[in-house]
Amino acid sequence: MSKPILCADDSASIRQMVAFTLQSAGYEPVTANDGSDALAKLEVQRFAMIITDLNMPGCDGIALIKKIRADPRHAGVPIVMLTTESEESKKMEGKAAGATGWIVKPFDQAKLLAVVKKLVG
Amino acid sequence: MTAFDPAGTFLLEARELLRELEAGLLELEQRPDDRALVDTIFRALHTLKGSGGMFGPPALATFAHEVETRFEGIRRGSETATPALTGLLLAARDHLEQLLEAPDTADPAETERLVVALRDTGETACIPAAPAEPVATEPSARAWRIGIRLPATALEFGTNPLGMLDELRALGPCEVRARTEAVPALGELDPTKLYLHWDVRLVTTRPRAAIEDVFIFVADSGGIEIAEDTAEPAPECASVTVAAVGPPAAPANHDAPPAAAKEARRLGRREAARSMDRPEASVRVAASRLDALLDQVGELVIAQARLTALAQSRKDPVLTGVVEEIERLAAELRESTMGLRMLPIGTLFGRYRRVVRDLSQELGKAVELTTAGEATELDKTMIERLGDPLVHLIRNAVDHGIEDAATRRAAGKPAHGSLHLEARQAGAEVLISIKDDGAGLNRARIREKAVARGLIAADAVLSERAIDQLIFHPGLSTAATISNISGRGVGMDVVKQTIEDLRGSIEVASAPGAGTTITLRLPLTLAIIDGLLVRVGASMCVVPLAAIEECVELAAAEHKGSSGRSFLDVRGALVPFLRLSELFGVGAGAREHEMVVIVASEQGRVGLVVDQVVGHHQTVIKSLSPLHRGIPGLGGATILSDGQIALILDTTGLIQSAQDQATWRLSA
Repeated sequence: MSKPILCADDSASIRQMVAFTLQSAGYEPVTANDGSDALAKLEVQRFAMIITDLNMPGCDGIALIKKIRADPRHAGVPIVMLTTESEESKKMEGKAAGATGWIVKPFDQAKLLAVVKKLVG
Repeated sequence: MTAFDPAGTFLLEARELLRELEAGLLELEQRPDDRALVDTIFRALHTLKGSGGMFGPPALATFAHEVETRFEGIRRGSETATPALTGLLLAARDHLEQLLEAPDTADPAETERLVVALRDTGETACIPAAPAEPVATEPSARAWRIGIRLPATALEFGTNPLGMLDELRALGPCEVRARTEAVPALGELDPTKLYLHWDVRLVTTRPRAAIEDVFIFVADSGGIEIAEDTAEPAPECASVTVAAVGPPAAPANHDAPPAAAKEARRLGRREAARSMDRPEASVRVAASRLDALLDQVGELVIAQARLTALAQSRKDPVLTGVVEEIERLAAELRESTMGLRMLPIGTLFGRYRRVVRDLSQELGKAVELTTAGEATELDKTMIERLGDPLVHLIRNAVDHGIEDAATRRAAGKPAHGSLHLEARQAGAEVLISIKDDGAGLNRARIREKAVARGLIAADAVLSERAIDQLIFHPGLSTAATISNISGRGVGMDVVKQTIEDLRGSIEVASAPGAGTTITLRLPLTLAIIDGLLVRVGASMCVVPLAAIEECVELAAAEHKGSSGRSFLDVRGALVPFLRLSELFGVGAGAREHEMVVIVASEQGRVGLVVDQVVGHHQTVIKSLSPLHRGIPGLGGATILSDGQIALILDTTGLIQSAQDQATWRLSA
C-alpha cells in the first residue's frame, strides 16, 4: 500500500515537483497551499510523512510543525522542512519545534527521494 | 494533477511573485513600518529564490538571493526602507524580471552593478561557502566505531533509529549493541521516549561522509560519535566475516564482562560435557563439609534477599537485572546444595531385610517384607536419624502386630505375614509408611494398661484415635514389650520424639484383625522451613507452617478471660490462647487488631496471639547459639531480607513451657 505524504508549500512549482516525484516513486502525495490548508488536511487523514516549507502566508512552517507535534493523533510522524542555505536560524527554530529533518533548496528529485526513503522507508 | 512541467509552473508563479513584489515595494515606500507588508515581500523573494533555484535560470536564484539578503536587513529591523533603498530594490526586481523572462539578454554587468549596490550596506553580508565534499575514495575497508545517543524526544520528533541502523547495515558488515543502561523501571517508562543507546562497529569501504550522511538530521544533537576503530589493523575480508558473526575481537571495556562471561559459560558447558563422558565418577566428601557448604549457601540466600530488597528500593533497572540473575543463581545453588545432601531412602530400606529375616526366624513367624519408593530422596541427616525409629517400628510390627502362623490360619489369613515399607514424596513432605497385616492394635488391652498405670481414669471416655495415641505415651509403650526385641532403650515415645525433632509427625491407623499402618510425615529437609512471619511487639517470629491450622482475628469482645488463661470462641469451640507478647515479656501493642494463629498441638488447638501476621516466609534455619539453644519454645532463628533477625518458634515447646509456667503459678 502506498504511503500518503503531505506536502505543504505556497510555491506551486515546488508542490508540483514534490508531488510528481513522490507519485513516480510510488508514494501517495497530498498537497497543501499553506499551513492552514495543511492543518485542514491533517484533520481528516494520517500521513506517513509531512514535508513543509517554512515561509508560508497564514500559518507558517514553524507554527505548523508545532501544531502537529502537539497533536497526539500525529505523534511521531516524520516532518521534513524545506529550507534554503541562508535560513540557518530558521532551521534551528524548526528543529526545536520538532522537525525531523530538512531539505535544503534547491533540491532535485533524487535528493528528495533519498530523504523520504530515509525517514519513511 | 497537471502535467509535470515545473519550469512552466514556475514561470507563471514567478510572474505572480514579481507582481506581488512590485506592489509590495511601492506600498513599502508609503508605509515603511508595515511588518505584514515586509513579510509578504520577503516571502515573495524567498520563493523566487527557492523555487527559482530548482526550476528557473541559475542566474535568477543567485540574484534573488542577493536581493533577499539585503531585504533581510529591513525584515530584521537593522535597516529602514528608505526611498533610496526601495528604489534599489525596485531596480533589482526589474532585473529579476529580465533574468526570468529573457535570461540571455540580461547584461551580466548590470547584474554585477546591482549586486555591488545591494551588498553595500556598510556591513558586508557574506555567504558561507558550502564546504567541499571530502573526497575519500580509499577502496580498502575501514572499521568505525559509532556511538548513537539520540535525545529522548527523538521518537516524538519522527526520527526512526531502526532506519538509521538499517542504513548503517547497508554500508557494510555491522555489529550493533543496544545499551539499555538508561532504560528506567517499567513504572517510570514513557513509551514515547527513547531510552536506548547504540554502539555500532561498522566495517565499510565507503567514506566517512557516507556514515555521516546516515545521521544528517541528528548530527547536531551532539549524540553521534563517529571514530575510526584503530583498535585493530584494517581488517581483511576474512576477519570482517568473523567480526560479523562471533564476539567482537576488541570489545570496548564495558562490553568485556558479558563477552567474557559468555566465553566462560561456553567453556563451562564443554567442561560439563566432558565430565558426563566419565561414567559414575564420584567424590566422597566429609558430611561436615557439606553442612558447612549448606550453611554458607543459607547465608548467601539471606544476603541475596537483602540485595533484592535494596534493588527494589533503588528502582535501578540495571541493578535489578543483575540482582535477578543473582537471585536465580542463588536459588539454583541452594537447590543443588540441597541435592548434594539428599540420599535415596533405599539405602535405609536395604538394612531392614536383614532385620525382618532375623526377627521372623527368632520369633518363628514367617514374614515377607516388601518395599516401594526406594528412590525417594531425603536429607542425609534425616535418613541417619530415621534409622533407629524405623527399626523399632518394624520390630514392633513383627513382634506385636503379626500373629503366629496358627493364629493367622485360624483367622483365615495366609500363614506368612506381610510387612510393607513404602516411601513417597507428597509436596514438601516425605511419607514413610510401615504396614502390616497383623491383628491390629488391641485397644482394650491398651486401655486396660493405661488405667492400670494411672494414665487415664477408669471411666474416661476415649475415642479410638485417642486410645491409639496412648501407645506413644512414655508410661505405656516400653513396659509391655518383650525385652530382647525392643531392648535398645527405644520405645514408641522415643520414636515419636525423634520424628517430632525432625519436624515430622507420626500417625497410626489400625483395624482389628486387618493390621496396622504407621505413617511418618517428614519434611524434605531440615535446613529450610516454610513458615508464617508474624510480628510480636517490635520483633519478628516465624511460626512453622506445618503446625498452623488457621489464622483468626482477635476481636476484643470475643475472648473470655478466665483465671490465668484466656479462651477464644472460634465457631463455637473454645480455643485457649497465649499472648506471645506477654510470654516474651515485650510491650504489648495496640490490642485492637491482634491476630490469633491457631496451631495444632498435643493439647489440642491452641491460639498464639500476635500483633500482626506479615505473610508466608520460606527461610533457611540458622541454629541458635549454645547459650540460647536450651530455651524452650525457640526452634532456631533466621535473618530476614532487611537484615532483621526473626526467631523460629517451636510451638510444641512453647505451649508446653507456657503450661508448665501456669501449673507452677497455680501450685505456688
